[in-house]
Parts: sequence; C-alpha cells; structure tokens
Amino acid sequence: MSAAAATTETKPSPPPVEKIRIKVDGREIEVPKLMPDWQGKLQPTTMLQACALAGVEVPHYCYHPKLPVAGNCRMCLVEFGLPLIGPDRKPVLNEDGTTKIAKQVLPYEPTTVRGAIACATPISTGMEIYPGSPATRQMRESVLEFLLINHPLDCPICDQAGECKLQEYSVDYGQSASRFVEAKVHKPKAVDLGPRIVLDDERCILCSRCVRFTKDIVGDDALGFVNRGSYSTLTHFPGKPFDNNYTLNTVDICPVGALTSKDFRFQMRVWFLKQTKSICTSCGTGCNIVIGSREEKIYRYEPRQNDAVNSCWMCDAGRLNYKWVGREDRLVKCGVRNPERGMKDASWVAALNEIADRLKKAPAGSVAIVASARQTNEELWLLSKLKAKLSATSDSVPRIGEGDKLLVNVDKNPNSYGARLTGVAADPMGSSLPKIADGIRGGGIKTLIVFGEDVTKHGIGAELLGKLETLIVSDILPSQTTELAHYLLPGCAHAEKRGTFTNIKGRVQKLMKAVEPRGDGRPEWEFLHDLVYNVTGQNGFVSIEGLFNQMVKEVPAFNGLTWAGLGDLGVAVRI
Amino acid sequence: MNFAVPTELETEIDELITHYPQKRSASLMALHALQGHFGWISREAIEWIAQKLELLPINIYELVTFYPMFRTNPVGKYQIKVCRTLSCALGGSYKLHEYLCQKLGLDSNAQSLQTTKDGKFSVEFVECLASCGTAPVMMCNDDFYEGVTAPKADEILTKCK
Ligand code: SF4
Ligand code: SF4
Ligand code: FES
Ligand code: FES
Repeated sequence: MSAAAATTETKPSPPPVEKIRIKVDGREIEVPKLMPDWQGKLQPTTMLQACALAGVEVPHYCYHPKLPVAGNCRMCLVEFGLPLIGPDRKPVLNEDGTTKIAKQVLPYEPTTVRGAIACATPISTGMEIYPGSPATRQMRESVLEFLLINHPLDCPICDQAGECKLQEYSVDYGQSASRFVEAKVHKPKAVDLGPRIVLDDERCILCSRCVRFTKDIVGDDALGFVNRGSYSTLTHFPGKPFDNNYTLNTVDICPVGALTSKDFRFQMRVWFLKQTKSICTSCGTGCNIVIGSREEKIYRYEPRQNDAVNSCWMCDAGRLNYKWVGREDRLVKCGVRNPERGMKDASWVAALNEIADRLKKAPAGSVAIVASARQTNEELWLLSKLKAKLSATSDSVPRIGEGDKLLVNVDKNPNSYGARLTGVAADPMGSSLPKIADGIRGGGIKTLIVFGEDVTKHGIGAELLGKLETLIVSDILPSQTTELAHYLLPGCAHAEKRGTFTNIKGRVQKLMKAVEPRGDGRPEWEFLHDLVYNVTGQNGFVSIEGLFNQMVKEVPAFNGLTWAGLGDLGVAVRI
Repeated sequence: MNFAVPTELETEIDELITHYPQKRSASLMALHALQGHFGWISREAIEWIAQKLELLPINIYELVTFYPMFRTNPVGKYQIKVCRTLSCALGGSYKLHEYLCQKLGLDSNAQSLQTTKDGKFSVEFVECLASCGTAPVMMCNDDFYEGVTAPKADEILTKCK
C-alpha cells in the first residue's frame, strides 16, 4: 500500500473561494467571502472571523466558534467604516483617487461612533474595521464596566481565576477602581445545578453559552434565564437538575467562574497545572484531551479541540474517569512466583530474562496471548511479534456498552482497531477466547500471556489459570488474574506513557505522558520491546518514535505514517 | 401530576394555539388563559403548558418569571394594584397603599405583592396605569378606580364580598 493510500484524510478538492478585500486597522487583507459557521456551513464571514485572519483577536464572551451566535454580551463591539456612496450610487473618491470611507456614527449624534458587534456583523467589500482604535477601546471599557457592576469580584476564591476572560479583559480594559457606589444586586451562590455542576449566579455574565450548548449541541434544553434585567438568573426548571452526559463542557465554555465542576472545585489553582495533550481512553471515539497534572497527580481532563473527532467537547463519564490512575492499590512491583514461597519481588532484568527463557523453550502452539484493546498500537504490535514467533493463539476482549448520538461510542475499548490491525484480536474480537480456554483445559496451551485484562471475567476462570505452567500477566490494578500470575509485570496508565491508539474511525492519535509511572511500573512497550528482543533476537528501537516508525512499515494499514506526522490531531487511516 | 385543566379551558387553549404559525408563539396567551382560570401559574401549570406547546418547562418558566404580572404564587380573590409611577406617587399613591395595607393587616413597607391570611385580598404596587391626570389610581381585579381617597378605598373594599 502506498503512503498516499494510508493517509486517507478525506479532502474533497476545495471549491474556488471568493475573496473580498477589507482593511483591519489600516492593513489591507483579502478574506474569504464565506466562512464556516458553528455547524461548519458556509456563511458570510463575520468581522470577528476576518479580524482573526488578520491576526487580531477581538475580545468576546458570548461568541464561541462551535455555538450559534447570540450577540448578547457586546464585548466584541468595534468601530468600523464603509465606502461612502454618493447620490449617484457610486463610491465617493478622495482627491488622491482612493475610496472615501465613512466611519459609522450615530445618525442623531454624528460625533459618537456607532460600533457593531464583530461576532454577528458580516463584512463587505471595502469595509474598514478598527479593532485597535480609541473608540473601540472606549466601547470595550464601557461594556466591561457594566459587566462588573454586580460582579462579586471574588477572584481569590474563584476556581476560574487564572483562566477567566473577565479577569483577562479587566486587565486589558478594566479600571483599577469601581465607580459604582450603589448597592450590588445579590443572587444565589453555590447553587447545586446538577450532580456535577455548582453554579455561582453572581459571577454569571449571562452570555448564554451554557444555555446554547446544552440546547443546540446536546439537545437537552435544560437551562434558562429567569427574572429580568439585573436580576436575570441562570437556572434549571425546579426539580429538573442539569444532568446529561455532557454537562461539564459548560464549565469549560463558561467564560467566567459561574459554572464550576464539583470534581475540580477548590482542588488546585489552574496556573500550577502542567498541561499534557492526550486522548480519552474510555471509549472508541478517542476524544482529544488535555491532562492537567501537578507533582505527578492528575487533577482534571479537559477536551482539546479536534474537529475530526470531538469538536471542543467530551463526555462527563470520560472526563471523570481518571481517579483510578492514582489508586493506592496500583501494582508497583515486578514479581516472580516461587513454588515454595509464593510471589516475590523481582528486578525487571531477572523477571524478563526468566520469561524469555521459558518462552524460548515453549513448543510452538503451546502459548496463548490475551492482550487488551486498551493497550497502545505499539504494544499490541510487539505482542503480535511474540505471537508470530511462538505460533501463539491470541485475542482481545470486546467491550460493548451504550453509545449516544454525540460522542460516546458503543465500543468501550479505546483501541479496538489497533488490536485488529496488528492481528492480535481474533475476528470477531473475542471469538478465540473460548478456544484458548479449551486449549488450557485440554492441556495444549501451557503458557498464557495476559496484558491488561482480568481473564477470569472473560471465560478463562481461576481453575483454568491454575492448570497453566506459566502465567505471565501485565496490568495496572490488581485482579484475580494478577493474583494467580507466575510473573507479574506492572504496567502504566495511558497518562504515564506515550504511544498511539487507533480510534473507531481509524484515526491514529498520540498519547503523551503527563505523570511518572507508579513504583517500578514501566511502559509496556518498553519492557515488551526487551522481551521481544530476548525471544526473537530481532532488534528494534528503544524510543517510542522509532518503534512507531518501524511498526508502520510492518502493519499495512499504518504504512506511510510517521510519529512526527501524527501531530497533535492524529491522522486517519483506512480500516 | 395532580393538576387538572377543565375541558372547557383546554379547548380554549387548543383553539388559541391555532392562531399562531408556531405552537411556541401561543405561550403568552395560553399563560393568560391559565392564570385567568387559576389565578396564578403553578409549577404543574408550567409543565402542562410546556408539554402542550412541545417545549421544555424551562422555556415557559423563563417567560413566567420575566413578566411580573404572571403570578407564581396563589393570590387573593381580589387583587389590588396601586399605581406608584410619578404622577400617582406625587398624588398620594404611597399614602393610599399604606392605608390599604393597614386596613387589611399587611406590611405597609412592603413593595411587592402580599396577600391577606384569609386569601381574600392581595395588594401590590404597579407602574403607570395610564390615567395620570386622576392620581392616585388603582385597580381591583379588572375594575379601575380614579382619585382614590381613603373613604373611596373603604367603599371599594366593602364592595368586595
Ligand atoms: S453560567 Fe457562564 S456560560 Fe452560562 S450564561 Fe453565565 S457566564 Fe455564560
Ligand atoms: S465520548 Fe468516549 S472518548 Fe470521548 S470523552 Fe467520552 S468516553 Fe472519552
Ligand atoms: S461576542 Fe458577545 S456580542 Fe459579540
Ligand atoms: S402615574 Fe399612575 S396612572 Fe400614570
């Protein structure tokens, strides 16, 4: 298969783009007349989009590229001008022949600038936008002053501090002291909005991002504003808490600290968090995430934009599925079972050498491998090499659950395709597990290698495991299978290693390491590499990049990929 | 939901809905009809109407809380609305409000709606009732009264049975 075939990013040849010329702060640029809106449909380009293309960020609160435009916060107001049209409907020219521009002013007050909201105003030929002008600045200052009138200013105890747009724009356009001498309006604080969300209504700036998100993206029209004017209050209908599988995304998009995650609330100041790009491993979708960690402890997952996978969102279940990484009962020691004295700690070198010796002596066909489709492509590929060398039977455990229309996939394995494409999983996945059980029962299979699964839950019970001559197990958390292992190899959570997963659509995406492995735990690809070398005598690469680049040569579906080429967003392959 | 809408009212609301190109547009008129019948809009009423209009309760709840004339609590049999906008304020509406409250055993300092314990009277301030020349003015249910002095107020109250 050629390199071109492997990277099947479906890119239809783009239709000719009609461009128009405008000026942003006096700089002439050409921008497409139409640009994708929140649903990806082409719509007239807005001032805000045009300014972004010119490299100028227009401050905004209610606008979000993936939500319908609401135009309610007014933060994006900009001064602008249009070509002056004479009575003959022709543009009026300056003396030097250039088009005369009429800066837009209030009709009844020609000395006052009439701004337009950049998020909702389409551009037109010859338009001039002045995001850097004094008048624009003044509009921003005024909008911000109004937004802060009833704001509690409790940044010192607010979770959003450090990633708050109200803070950031206040630094840019705010005043050091408030002119407001009247009494502030007080609203409900620490409102239990739903099982995962706490709302501080006093911090809410009524931008309606959360309302639009849950209505237009999730399809659960659960939130709304009650009351009026400065008493307007975000809430849910009494007795109907805000509870769908996507609620925590509102915490991300809330530009202020109004919506906070119960899980993350008061846990860590955001500026201390190290940010690591990775992938959610809770289902086959493989949402792109950022892991927030500090001092080897994970504090939160947040979605990372990837329009080919998860847009800007992730599900609540996936987001909160990180606590197990820090569990106290993690397997932290390499172990070798001694016939008399039971499981004893061992060094990696000793354990791997012993395993290699045993495997080398195993007659062809007497070994079986059960490797989880939660292992990375590289690990599965290394296991497939062992499989080939030992003529082993191998399979993975299918994991089917509930899916939904937005992101959650029915496949709860993050890397089912990795297991299939490397040939580790049987077709269909799981169909060889009974054969392996039979093989053990019949005595044909004497050695079982298990990676990341508790096989006792999948048809290979403790009594069968007891019949094995050799049981080699690598896992992260203790299970009945690890209890019975003869060789126990502590592995790594995905957040502790690098590697790639192939998602349900065939997109190969990178995991990056956020925290150190626990105890003696080592990335599985690392010790598998040692083992494969010991058993097969084939040398490989000791870096993940090298390993990946070697794997793509040998696995046809991956042909043509490179580690570097995966970038942050991954590359789709044909599956 | 132990909330029952009489058939007649439901027919009226169903008919109202046909006046609009979208069901949603009938929200306000349907709420008026419900309040006209029950005197106030309960949570159950909101859920009932939301279902009828194929909306979610929060959509109706937003409306009900936006407009002060929709009641979210039961009110008295007689609802007294005292105008407090400028002309009436100058013309003695605060005195009138105070008088009514004292007479009915209500808090004369309260600005918002209050109801007597027996559920007979509710008193509240409202904004301009468009009869500024004859201040102070008030309404008792749908009846309008101008130049309301203390004796006139007594008279109005005694008429309420
Ligand atoms: S809670 Fe946040 S996202 Fe929702 S309206 Fe208020 S400020 Fe906007
Ligand atoms: S949809 Fe799947 S991949 Fe995405 S966050 Fe949820 S569990 Fe994780
Ligand atoms: S971003 Fe809120 S009005 Fe434009
Ligand atoms: S001010 Fe009372 S009716 Fe107008």
